[in-house]
Amino acid sequence: MTAGGPTNAESSAPESIAGLTRVEELAQVFARMLADQLIEVPSREGELTYEVPHERLLKLAEFLRDAPELKFEMCMDVCGIDYLEYGRAEWKTVAATASGFSRGVARVGAASEDIDDSTHATPAAGRRFAVVYHLLSVSLNQRVRLRVFCPDDEQPIVDSVSGIWASADWFEREAFDLFGILFRGHPDLRRLLTDYGFIGHPFRKDFPLTGNVEVRYDPEKGRVVYEPVTIDPRILVPKVIRGDNRYDPQLTSPPPAPSGKPNV
Amino acid sequence: MNFGPQHPAAHGVLRLVLEMDGEVIRKADPHIGLLHRGTEKLAESKPFNQSIGYMDRLDYVSMLCNEHAYVLAIEKLLRIEPPLRAQYIRVMFDEITRILNHLMWLGAHGLDIGAMTVFLFCFREREDLMDCYEAVSGTRMHATYYRPGGVYRDLPDAMPQYQYNDWRSKKDVDRLNARRSGGLLDFIEDFTRRFPKCVDEYETLLTDNRIWKQRTVNIGVVSPERALQLGFSGPMLRGSGFEWDLRKKRPYEVYDRVDFDIPVGVGGDCYARYLVRVEELRQSNRIIEQCVKWLRENPGPVMIEDRKIRPPRREEMKGDMESLIHHFKLMTEGYSVPEGEIYAAVEAPKGELGVYLVSDGANKPYRLKVRAPGFAHLSSLDEMVRGHMLADVVAVIGTQDIVFGEVDR
Repeated sequence: MTAGGPTNAESSAPESIAGLTRVEELAQVFARMLADQLIEVPSREGELTYEVPHERLLKLAEFLRDAPELKFEMCMDVCGIDYLEYGRAEWKTVAATASGFSRGVARVGAASEDIDDSTHATPAAGRRFAVVYHLLSVSLNQRVRLRVFCPDDEQPIVDSVSGIWASADWFEREAFDLFGILFRGHPDLRRLLTDYGFIGHPFRKDFPLTGNVEVRYDPEKGRVVYEPVTIDPRILVPKVIRGDNRYDPQLTSPPPAPSGKPNV
Repeated sequence: MNFGPQHPAAHGVLRLVLEMDGEVIRKADPHIGLLHRGTEKLAESKPFNQSIGYMDRLDYVSMLCNEHAYVLAIEKLLRIEPPLRAQYIRVMFDEITRILNHLMWLGAHGLDIGAMTVFLFCFREREDLMDCYEAVSGTRMHATYYRPGGVYRDLPDAMPQYQYNDWRSKKDVDRLNARRSGGLLDFIEDFTRRFPKCVDEYETLLTDNRIWKQRTVNIGVVSPERALQLGFSGPMLRGSGFEWDLRKKRPYEVYDRVDFDIPVGVGGDCYARYLVRVEELRQSNRIIEQCVKWLRENPGPVMIEDRKIRPPRREEMKGDMESLIHHFKLMTEGYSVPEGEIYAAVEAPKGELGVYLVSDGANKPYRLKVRAPGFAHLSSLDEMVRGHMLADVVAVIGTQDIVFGEVDR
């Protein structure tokens, strides 16, 4: 039992010498080395997110792992996202003020006037499925998030990074299973979490929460049988997007300096 | 050969398809998902607070740590910070959870490779810690105690008592109740005094035990480079020689105010990971001691005052229309979380448990992804058991500390 290992000691210091936070420092390294290759996406304080063009993913991943300034040795997570219904509310709040509120109990999938499309637009082609990578550098104590959009919505496909980080193997199998995202070059792309013989990709937004089939034991056949679900899919709590100033980041975050502007 | 899914050494519902050459493993293919409940999809259909209870059921041996990651993610998106007392309570209960988890692991691991006694000893102490859960939340396992903005309620002044019954002698009940005569903090303090002796007991049984060493030394060796490649975290990574602990490297809550050490293993085999986890038991005990001391001296609120997030107290609702409206809106619609995405990770007993939360500004998460440490660990099973004997598979599954609630989600 010894204290200390192969990692270096300075990684525990939260602040660097230049007065920049660790994240700002990393952002500078990215800006210096990779500015032309990826697009920075605004993210929360303490985090860094980049959008990577799908064709550059493999080269970039290898670079991130091996460059001595970056050293992202670990791929902590690979996660699929389906942006189909991003920003789509199930209950009109702002726009309904003149006409009165509905009860907000619409059936899923029914063409309902409750659906609020004012803040929502169907994602543009090639912007529906994304794969998000969370990388960690143990030696430099840094994290970064990469997002790759799959160019084809019908058959989403991106390159597999399992050859660069072995841990991505199962994470990619999971994303394939749940979202139907294919990973080019993956050694063993099988379903992982769902049942043997499962049909469909359950975490897609157009897959109903109740599923499509249910099972029961059939005493006559003497085995378990699959049947279409008998549950009526419905919304229990409608999704509401409140655009009011309670959630305005400018009002909820503490003001940087007294500016004399009246607080609404 | 098919191993599981109904096998006591499979730690739940693991189905392993093994390609064997006599007694030697050539290839292992774990089939998982038999406990897949679609937690992440379910969470997308519910207001944020209603999913806290699901988090307990992910890694059902370290309940509050899962909640912690989820609650932390929401708090970061909402840009709120719980009061200091709530942070200390969370740290204390995280460490209680860590002890709970490691005791379960130690007992089950011991049982798997032939040590019965240690299982009974571990469960004796687990019982006391379950009582802490019960005192604070009313349930012994799935506490649902953390909330965005703090914890559900302050620590109670009284502990639940044992009742006289036919199965336990009166003397025994009185002995158990004597420890439970004070408040929760008194009980925990008493526990922290007793616990180091208990760890000594486990170590007497195992650390220098010849059979234990034969079953664990040089079994499932993972080199530091492979540990990084395979996405290891927690004791699995520390067992391979990395001094990496999110509580130190990326302190959340008040971990930067408490004093503890990170044990690091040498060799990366099952025995090194055993030593790391046993030392973590002692370190967690140290943290709990410090939290108890601080919590005694510093009473205060345990929940933020923001009425748009915290449901009003029952008394307020009786006489105040505003509070009634707030309560109604929070319980039906919930609060909306500003648009954005966040990855919040905590050092759960098994490793890095991360919650990646995407919000589109609604009252429900748009996407929730739980990064379970056991998932990454189990994916390396093939590599860890290749070339070992069949009996060593059991030792490797044990040392990975697999719980299917989090692997399958």
